[in-house]
Amino acid sequence: MAKDSKLILDPLADNNPITIQVLGICSALAITAELEASIVMSISVLFVLGVGNVVISLMRNIIPSKIRIIVQLIVVATLVIIVDLILKAFAYELSKTLSVFVGLIITNCIIMGRFEAFALGNGPWRSFLDGIGNALGYGIILVIVGFFRELLGSGTLLGFPVLGDPIEKTGLYALGYENNGFMLLSPMALIVVGIIIWVQRTRNKDLIED
Amino acid sequence: MEHLELFFKSIFIDNMVFATFLGMCSYLAVSKKVSTAVGLGAAVIFVLAITVPLNWLLDQYILQPGALSWLGDEYAAYDLSFLSFIMFIATIATMVQLVEIVVEKFSPSLYNSLGIFLPLIAVNCAILGGSLFMQSREIPTLGLSAVYGVGSGIGWFLAILAIAAIREKIRYSSVPPALRGLGITFIITGLMAIGFMSFGGMLTGGDEEAKSEEKTAATEVIKEDVKSDTEVKTNLDVAENTNK
Repeated sequence: MAKDSKLILDPLADNNPITIQVLGICSALAITAELEASIVMSISVLFVLGVGNVVISLMRNIIPSKIRIIVQLIVVATLVIIVDLILKAFAYELSKTLSVFVGLIITNCIIMGRFEAFALGNGPWRSFLDGIGNALGYGIILVIVGFFRELLGSGTLLGFPVLGDPIEKTGLYALGYENNGFMLLSPMALIVVGIIIWVQRTRNKDLIED
Repeated sequence: MEHLELFFKSIFIDNMVFATFLGMCSYLAVSKKVSTAVGLGAAVIFVLAITVPLNWLLDQYILQPGALSWLGDEYAAYDLSFLSFIMFIATIATMVQLVEIVVEKFSPSLYNSLGIFLPLIAVNCAILGGSLFMQSREIPTLGLSAVYGVGSGIGWFLAILAIAAIREKIRYSSVPPALRGLGITFIITGLMAIGFMSFGGMLTGGDEEAKSEEKTAATEVIKEDVKSDTEVKTNLDVAENTNK
């Protein structure tokens, strides 16, 4: 049982898919200008990785190893189509913001990486836990980046103004605070992730590369 | 002229790595040495140049709403666009496999330099992203889609070449220990992306850019009454986003 909980807890910090394993960066950076988009993206990946890991794990003994990449891609693509259609039906505006990045979950290296490294060699239940753990580890970074970019960039969280009104000059703006529009531009995502990595490795010296 | 414009636009302004973060995984993993970076970059150009036009044909004649009308009127109402992810990725995976076999057979020397990277490429988001952006930007002709594929490939190649060269040199600098390796690479890429943003003004002669400038100018006029810089800034961002 302790082993099972390790499967979920490890990827959250010391074996985080983004900051340590360097997987799934593309989508992590492109859609984090708003917290809401980050959360939806994390949930989508959670669904695809959790279900996909179980499916691959169930099929692991009948997939010929030579064509496994194509089989894996087809499984992911099917799941992603489901996610895409659900988003289009229930959150159309958001699916416009995410645009092609929902489709790019297919080539999100976290998913292929976990299929290859874990689901092909383990039973369905453990694969499910591993999928959930890694997707949560991915989600945590997305939410942190999204939180800071939206807060500092537009002064809102999930669309609600938390720092006061920039036009009426209430709240923090009364003191002369200004939004940093630069945070909304794409390069800042890279720098924010860089800083997260810096903080994490300063706290845990074992992770430092030489 | 149209082709040339799209070519430069896809290399510099819409650079895959710096503007849309596509293919970051292999970009970070395979950029420790210039020689391997060149190999992977060349393979990406090669595969993008083949798969983007191919997927354009698929999109145009099978997937788009009404695309099947060449089969007869009764098929004109079909809309298969929900299948595009699975079709694109299947095309890419098969093409990569096919290219690998052909190259191995006819040019062993090219295979030795590209070969090991080809399997990596099937799951590189830059390749699928190229096809998806081709679809969402509605590129009108086959020729333009080929130009777009080659252009984005070259843009990716430039990016990985630049970061590999920087990483080879950075070994001699004293980076804070916790930032070494991955962390500093992220921050350098961020700074390079800021640099690449300055290419945004390169094609201001084009219609799109001119339109967005008009739009921002209009918002500025309105906002002058309110005298709030912040609002203009957010409006600029909104205008930029819609323009994208």
